[in-house]
Amino acid sequence: MDILLSGLEIIARWDVIAALLIGSIGGVMVGAMPGVGAAVAIAIMLPATFSLEPIVGLTALLGVYGSSMFGGAIPAILINTPGTPVNALTTYDGYPMTKRGEARRALSLAYSASFFGGIFSILCLILLAPVLARIAPMFGAREVFLAALLGIVLVVVTHRGQVLAAGMLVCYGIFLKTVGLEGAGYTQRYTFGQTWLASGVDLIVVVLGLFALSQAFILLSGKDQKYELPPMTKTGFFSSMAEIFRFKRVATVASSFGVICGMIPGVGEFMSQFMSYGYAQKTSKTPELFGKGNPEGIIASEAANNSVPAAAMIPLLALGIPGEELTAMMLAVFYVHNVIPGPQLFQNQMDFVVALYIALFILNVLVVFFLLLATNSLMKVMLIPNRFLGMMILTFSLIGVYSLRNSLKDCAVAAAFGVFGFILKRLEWPTSPIILGMVLGGLMEAKLRTAMARVDTPWDFINRPIAFVLFSMIVIAIVLHVMSVVRDRKKVAGNA
Amino acid sequence: MEHDNATPHVFPEARKPGELFYSLIFLGTAVALLSMISWQTSVLPGKGFSAQPRTWPLISLVGMTFFALANLVATSRATRTAGRWREVWVWISSLEYVGWYLLYVAGIPVVGYLAATLAFCLFMTWRAGYRSGIAFGAATAFALFVVLLFKSLFNVKIPGGAVYELLPDTLRYIMIRYF
Repeated sequence: MDILLSGLEIIARWDVIAALLIGSIGGVMVGAMPGVGAAVAIAIMLPATFSLEPIVGLTALLGVYGSSMFGGAIPAILINTPGTPVNALTTYDGYPMTKRGEARRALSLAYSASFFGGIFSILCLILLAPVLARIAPMFGAREVFLAALLGIVLVVVTHRGQVLAAGMLVCYGIFLKTVGLEGAGYTQRYTFGQTWLASGVDLIVVVLGLFALSQAFILLSGKDQKYELPPMTKTGFFSSMAEIFRFKRVATVASSFGVICGMIPGVGEFMSQFMSYGYAQKTSKTPELFGKGNPEGIIASEAANNSVPAAAMIPLLALGIPGEELTAMMLAVFYVHNVIPGPQLFQNQMDFVVALYIALFILNVLVVFFLLLATNSLMKVMLIPNRFLGMMILTFSLIGVYSLRNSLKDCAVAAAFGVFGFILKRLEWPTSPIILGMVLGGLMEAKLRTAMARVDTPWDFINRPIAFVLFSMIVIAIVLHVMSVVRDRKKVAGNA
Repeated sequence: MEHDNATPHVFPEARKPGELFYSLIFLGTAVALLSMISWQTSVLPGKGFSAQPRTWPLISLVGMTFFALANLVATSRATRTAGRWREVWVWISSLEYVGWYLLYVAGIPVVGYLAATLAFCLFMTWRAGYRSGIAFGAATAFALFVVLLFKSLFNVKIPGGAVYELLPDTLRYIMIRYF
């Protein structure tokens, strides 16, 4: 109870509330703009948060992270275009409902499922917090190394159809992190005698290039989409939201999938929504209506998505391991403010952790109220032309890169990564493995060095229970993937 | 032949235009970087493998080369989609926006953040093909919003323009501080 009160005290400040309000409303708006997304918004906001206190900066970013998927459901349902990539499955049943004249009902279901998922995952976190506080100190250097390696393996194997591309890009990310002056022997690595490379490749510059600038180039080089907004009544959101109680089972199971997938580094929203959608379809009394406007489909997709952000904070806060690119960006804020996520955070600053959970809770409430009041106005942001959005992103991006060091070189490097990201997006190769490679690669190098000082034989590395479990998970993930590939190849050969 | 999406797969059935070309560039880069490892990294005497500065560049570059090679082989076996050079031209065309962006950055220390942002937003709006008064009005409003929010309100670290030196003292201070 004392910790809860301390947590409340941390966030009961006007600047934290303002950050939460700006982040959550901004996140919904960004989510509702097809082609922008939370990653772009967080990348742009990131450097601006460095001058703020950790709790203020983090709540603003959490606001965007947690609320963008709420907003992403709006274009997914109304114009068949997901606002964020993870709202893709919502289009399957949301848009057919809109075509049937049930847009308001579909939106209400999406909001209520998102809210349910968000609150469910926060409750899970609160219940798990004491367990985490006990387990986290059991993570030494070798366990953190193995957890990061598990994250790398999962990032690669979960990129269905793009495993090889994800593999090379994650390795590229690890390589990027090695560039510059290394800390152990103070030798230069891949600096080519350039002094500006001695400090390494800045994660923020890469993030802004890969996510924000590349997206601006994509939008600017494309054509404007013409959307027609469906007619929608202004009232009745509350009564339609209550409909979620008819689908308690689907919402609960989908949220559970979201929590589990969110907690495992490298898995995240996509896996959770596919699992939830599959489950909902298999157990539905009307499976034939999935893809044709079944409310269960919307609930499965949205509840699973929105339960991930809070759960993804678990490996980040407890072990300092980000599960995907958005939490990797947040990790940068922690480091800038010298707040080191990991076991010590849970032992020494539990009130800070609780404050973040409370902020997430308030954020969900704020977003639902905002959506209930402003959906009709919010629909208009979908009408901003793509190329105009591209210009806006380019202008915003400058703040992020240039304000770091007022360096033209940083901007040139970000632009180079922007072109790189542009090509990757055109080829439909994933960009997030690069960021995760950079973050987890640096962590793995440091932890392996520390761990090996106390290891004589390879067996020593995994002779502790958690290390052994993590190692087994890595082996299982690889073996399962290889088996599925072999099975897939056989099936393809059989069909030929 | 259709691929069963229910199971994960490594080898794509069709490749995007330019994918093979880019896979080749990526592999070439990985091999080139790997070949420089003894020149660009050091080995410290008396330290184990895990503590060597060369270890992680080596691991990552070997991984990059391995996956890039496998990706190249898989891509070359996939069905080709025509339009490679047209796609490469699209990539090259994006450099135009890089040019305008860097010009915008270079212009800030000269004309100041306010003027550079206004000019950039208006020019990009024109370059994107918008010609209406509403579009230019929106671009102007957006540029002012960005400057007022980040420079005037949040005091984000952006230098004043050299032209501000020509202004009277009081106005110069206001411009440097807020615009």
